[in-house]
Amino acid sequence: MKDHMSATEFHLEFESSPIAVRTALGRIIDGLGPLSLDPEEIGTVEIVMAEALNNVVEHAYPEGDPPGPVEIDCAHRDSGLHFRVIDRGRPLPNGDMPIGEAARVDVDMMDMPEGGFGWFIIKDLAREVQYQRRGERNVLNLRLAVAKAA
Amino acid sequence: MVTVNEARIDAAVALAFKDEMRSRTEDGPDIVVLNLSEVDFVDSSGLGAIVASMKSMGRGRTLALAGMTPKVEKVFRLTRMDSVFAMYPTLNEALAQAGE
Repeated sequence: MKDHMSATEFHLEFESSPIAVRTALGRIIDGLGPLSLDPEEIGTVEIVMAEALNNVVEHAYPEGDPPGPVEIDCAHRDSGLHFRVIDRGRPLPNGDMPIGEAARVDVDMMDMPEGGFGWFIIKDLAREVQYQRRGERNVLNLRLAVAKAA
Repeated sequence: MVTVNEARIDAAVALAFKDEMRSRTEDGPDIVVLNLSEVDFVDSSGLGAIVASMKSMGRGRTLALAGMTPKVEKVFRLTRMDSVFAMYPTLNEALAQAGE
């Protein structure tokens, strides 16, 4: 199957901060407008991209480091939506993504996890996830099986 | 009952949310209903803040969640947190259960 590209393709950049993530998510959703996705699909995109961008803000440019640029590319193909997130911050620890297991919730209330959900959510909702350190950049490629060709 | 008047509980407000919840629930009843009907989006930081709020209430007390919108419900379901909290579709149902 050829992976045709549709007209929906966009690029955006912002300087890392939690508030900037909000704005970026809004711009991503606006950028997907022409695809007329249903609310469930838009929700999936928003949830995955929020976690991917929060990871960059929290771990690539952690507090104490200066903020830095975050770039997002989106392309719509027959196989779904392809996102690429690039930053120039710190690499992921151990050079790769965490396994992203579901946090255990069958534990005592006081031991209930308050974090560590992000990668699990990304890996659960995205069809493909790839991370690479390229020189001074982190490159995260995501494919979401939404807006696929019929 | 605590109503969240923010459209988003995300990384930008998670800490403030946690602090606010702590002060609002400190001397409250054993069952607190968190009204999420105005909240459109919760990310993993926001989810963590809600879990932290439940824990800060302490043992023997309950944080019930009411009026979850679809994306918020999805994040709770994915992370299995829907099995941890008492969740009610509407505020009225939650309040009836809470005996208020």
